[in-house]
Amino acid sequence: MARIVLSDEFGRQFAGGQTHFDLDVKNVRQLVRTLDDMFPGIGEQLEAGAIAIDNEIIPDPWLNPIQPNSEVFFLPAIKGGRGE
Amino acid sequence: MSKLHISATVNGEAVEYLCDPKQTLLDVLRDELNLTGSKEGCSSGDCGACSVTLDGRLVCSCLVLGVEMQGRSVETIENMASGEELHPLQQKFLEAAALQCGFCTPGFLVAAKALLEKNPNPTETEARYWLAGNLCRCTGYDKIIRAVLETAADMRGSK
Amino acid sequence: MAGYEGKTFKWVGTRPIRPDGVDKVTGRANYGADMNLPGQLTGRILRSPHAHAKIVSIDTSKAEKLTGVKAVITGKDFPDMHNGVMPGDEGVNFHHLSSNIMAKHKVLYDGHAVAAVAATSAAIAEEALSLIDVKYEILPHVIDVDLSMQPDAPLLHDDIFTSGVNPKPEKPSNVVQRIQMQLGDPDAAFKDADVIVERSFKTKAVHQGYIEPHAAVAEWSEDGQCRIWCSSQGHFMIRTLTARLLKMEAAQIRVMPAEIGGGFGGKTIIFIEPTAVLLARKAKRPVRVVMSRDEVFRGSGPAPATSIDVKIGAKKDGTLVAATGEFRYQAGAFPGSPVGPACMAAFGPYALTHVRATGYEAVTNRPLCYSYRAPGAPLSSFAVESVLDEIAQKLDMDPMEIRIKNGSKEGTQMVYGPKLKAVGNLECLKAIQSHPINKIPLGPNQGRGLAAGFWFNLGGQSSAVVNIAEDGTATIMTGSPDIGGSRASMALMAAEVLGIDYSKVRPIVGDTSAVGFCEITHGSRVTFATGMAIIQASEDIVLQCRQRVAKMWEVDVDAVKWEDGHALPAGANAGDQKPLSLAQIAGKAARTGGPLVGSAAINAGGAGPAFGVHICDVEVDPETGHVTVLRYVAAQDAGKAIHPSYVEGQIQGGVAQGVGWALNEEYIYGEDGRLQNSGFLDYRIPVASDLPMIDAIILEVPNPGHPFGVRGVGEVPIVPPLGAIANAVARATGVRMTDLPLTPPKILAAIDAAK
Repeated sequence: MARIVLSDEFGRQFAGGQTHFDLDVKNVRQLVRTLDDMFPGIGEQLEAGAIAIDNEIIPDPWLNPIQPNSEVFFLPAIKGGRGE
Repeated sequence: MSKLHISATVNGEAVEYLCDPKQTLLDVLRDELNLTGSKEGCSSGDCGACSVTLDGRLVCSCLVLGVEMQGRSVETIENMASGEELHPLQQKFLEAAALQCGFCTPGFLVAAKALLEKNPNPTETEARYWLAGNLCRCTGYDKIIRAVLETAADMRGSK
Repeated sequence: MAGYEGKTFKWVGTRPIRPDGVDKVTGRANYGADMNLPGQLTGRILRSPHAHAKIVSIDTSKAEKLTGVKAVITGKDFPDMHNGVMPGDEGVNFHHLSSNIMAKHKVLYDGHAVAAVAATSAAIAEEALSLIDVKYEILPHVIDVDLSMQPDAPLLHDDIFTSGVNPKPEKPSNVVQRIQMQLGDPDAAFKDADVIVERSFKTKAVHQGYIEPHAAVAEWSEDGQCRIWCSSQGHFMIRTLTARLLKMEAAQIRVMPAEIGGGFGGKTIIFIEPTAVLLARKAKRPVRVVMSRDEVFRGSGPAPATSIDVKIGAKKDGTLVAATGEFRYQAGAFPGSPVGPACMAAFGPYALTHVRATGYEAVTNRPLCYSYRAPGAPLSSFAVESVLDEIAQKLDMDPMEIRIKNGSKEGTQMVYGPKLKAVGNLECLKAIQSHPINKIPLGPNQGRGLAAGFWFNLGGQSSAVVNIAEDGTATIMTGSPDIGGSRASMALMAAEVLGIDYSKVRPIVGDTSAVGFCEITHGSRVTFATGMAIIQASEDIVLQCRQRVAKMWEVDVDAVKWEDGHALPAGANAGDQKPLSLAQIAGKAARTGGPLVGSAAINAGGAGPAFGVHICDVEVDPETGHVTVLRYVAAQDAGKAIHPSYVEGQIQGGVAQGVGWALNEEYIYGEDGRLQNSGFLDYRIPVASDLPMIDAIILEVPNPGHPFGVRGVGEVPIVPPLGAIANAVARATGVRMTDLPLTPPKILAAIDAAK
C-alpha cells in the first residue's frame, strides 16, 4: 500500500479533514481516479496541482508508477514560479 | 511639421538625413540610419544604453536631438571594432563574461572606451562612478568593472 | 540517465566565450525593438490615468481621421473570453488576461491600456492618442494589501470569491485565496520554547527592472497567417496566448524569438503582442509596438507588496521548536500573486517539525502582479531570516551557529510535504562560515548580516534538435529563449556528449515553427530541463553513429563504442577497426541512412532544489541614514556548474537586485492612486557605484535527477539578500527595522526613535 498525503486544504474541502490514506494503486492516473471515487470532485482539483512521488516533484503527472511502499504528496501548483 | 535636412558624420562617414524636429539622435541612428546597436532603455538619459560619443564626448543619444547634429560627428558601437579585430574592451567583455542579456553592453562599451581614453589608469572607484550612468540589471556590475580594469591594465602594458 | 557518474568532463565546467557574444559586443544582436520591416508602422498604446474607473465611452473618430493613422483599436476589438481557467495552461484566466491587455468596461490601475493606434510615424501615433476621447467615471481605489482585504474595501471584481475558506463565501471579495500548509502542531509546540520572537513586516512593490522595454513587431497576411517578432521569456507562450486571446489556431502564428534584454520573470506573460497583431491586421501593414519606460513601470507585471507576520520559538540551545507565518501578498488588478511559492519557500532552509505557513492573496489597483525571480520567496524569506536573526541575538548565539544547528538537509520534510533529497544547504552555510570575511573587524556604524535562501527549481517540457553537418560540425536548436548565456551551456553539454570541440557546436534558439514546444524560460529550468533535452538529442546522435558504424564494420551495435568523438571497437570481437570520427561518419551519412538528426522532446522531472547563503557587511551613516554595502559574499549550490562564469553572473546579478529591493526600490503611489516614480531617475536601481565586488562561491552537490548533476541557478540568488542586508543594518544600528525598503529617512527615523 502506498502512503498518500493530501494538503490540509484538500483534506478539509473534500475528505472531511482526513489527509493521510494508504491505497493500493499502480500509477498516478489510478490514484486520482481512486480518490475521485472516494471524494467526488477532488480529481479535477488534484490534477491542477503538482505531485511528489518519493520526494521527487513531477510536473504534469499521469502514468508515473507508484510503488507499494511509495510516499505520494499532492502539492499546490508552484504557480507564478516563473523567474529568470 | 516638415522635416529638416541634416549633414553629419557618423562613424567617420558623411551622412545626410531628413529629420523630424522631435526625433532624438537615438531615433535617427536607429530608425533613419539603421544603426540599431545603440539601445533605448528609458529615453530619459537614466540608463545609458544609448551611449555614443558626440565630437569625442560621451553622451546619451536619447538626450540629443537629431537636428542638433548639423556638421557634427558621432561614434557608435558599430564602429568600435576595426575590421575583424575587436576593440580590447569588446574582447575582454567576452572573455570575462561581462555581459548576460547584452542589452546594456553597447552602452557600457562606448562609455568604458571613453573612460579609458580620458583616464588610462582608473581606480575601481573611478570606474564605478564613471559607469554609474549605465544601468545593468543582470550582472551586478562585478564582471563589467573587472573587465574594464583588466583592459586598462592590458592597454597600458601594450603601449 | 546514468553513465556520467565519476566522469571527468572535458567541456562541462569550462569557461569559453559564449556563441552569441560577438554579436552582443558589436551591436549586431537584434532585440525586440530592432526589427524593421518594409512598410512598418509605429504602434502606441493609450493608458488610463486613473487607478480605478468605469469606462463610460471611448470616441476614436478624431484619431482615425488624422492623416497617417492607419488603425485604431479598443477593447471591443478583442474577442470576448469565457470567464474561467483553462486547464493545462498554468491557471491562466483568459478573461482576466484579455482584460489586462486592453480594458473593456473598467480600468483597474493607472497605466491600464484602453486603446491603441498604428501610424506612419511615432509623432503621428502620439498625436492620435491625444485625440482619443475616453470618458471615465472614477471609482474609489485601493493599493495597500491589508486595506484591500478589509470587508469595506473598494471591490475590483464581482466575480472573485475567496477560495480556500469554509464555508464558501457568497459575496465577492478582493481576497482571491487563502492557502495553508502545516507540519506537526506549532501552536502546541510554542509552549516548549524558551524564547519566542514575533514580528510584522511590510514591503513595497518592486519592478524586475530589465533594461529592455517590451517590444513586438507583428505582421498579418491575407490568408490569416501571422508572424510576430518579440522579446519574451517564451515565444511558445506568446504563440499559445495570442492564439487563445484572438481565437486563432496556434499553427497560424509563427513567433520569432528576438534577443531578450533581461526578463527576470517579467517577460513570462503577454502584454502587447495581441495588440500589435490586431493593429497589423486592421492596418494591413506590419506594426511595431515598443513600450516606453513609463509604460514598463505602469503597465507590465511588477512584483507584489506584502504584509507578513512571522513567529518563531527556540530552545535556549538554539533548537527551533515551532514557527508560523502569515503571508499576505498583493496581487495586481487580477489574481496571480506568488503567495503559494512564498509559503512553500519561506522556511525552506530550516528543519522544522512544527511549522505552519498561511497565505492570502488580494487584488489591488496596481498593474498585474507577475513573477520576479524566485517569485514570492525573497519576501517571505526576509521576514523569516529577520526573526531568526533576532532569536540568535536574544540567545546571544552566533547567527551562523543557529542556522547550521537547524539547517535543512537530505531527509528534511518540507512544509509543503515531501522530504529533501541530496541538497547543499549545509555545504553553503559552512562555506560562508569559513570565509575570510568573518575575520575582518567591523568599525563603528558597521554591521554584518547573514541569511539563507531556498528555491525549488523547475523542470517541465523542452525540445531539442541536434543536426550534424556533412563535415561533422553540429548545429543545435532549442525553443528556450536565452537570457543569461544558456546557449553557451547548451553547446557545452552537446560538445561533451558528442565528444567534439565546443567551437564546432553552434546553438540557436528556434522559432515556434522550427522546433518543438518549450515551456517558458523560468523557475531556473532551462539549463536543467532544456539541457537534459540537448543531452538526450546528442545521445541520440551518438547512438545513430554507432548503428551506422556497426553497419560499415558488419558488427553488432554493441560492438561499437563512442569515445571522444569517435566510434571505436568495443572489444576484440569487433575486429581490428580504425576509429572513425564524427566527421568521417557524417561524410558517409548519405550511404548509411541519410542525414544525422538527433532529437528529444521531454517533460523533465527530478529538478533539484537550490540553496544559497549570503553574508554582507554594511556601514550606516548616522547623519544621513545612508547604507553603504562594504562587502558581499554569496555561496550557492549549483549541482554542477556548466559554465561557471555565467553561474557566478547569475549569483552576482541576483545579489544586486536583492540589494536594490532591500535599500532603494519601491513603487510610490500618490493619494490619487497614480504611480509617482515611473522612471529610472526616481525608481532607482543599483548603479555601479552603489555596489562592491560580489564574491560568488559555487558549490557542487550533484542533483541526482540530472545526468550531469545540474540544478537551476537563476532564482535562489535573489532570496537571501533582503534578509542579509536587513540583518546587517539591524546589527549596525542596533535597531530592527521591518519595513522595506530601508531608505535613509526611515533609517534615520528608526535611529532617532531608539535614542
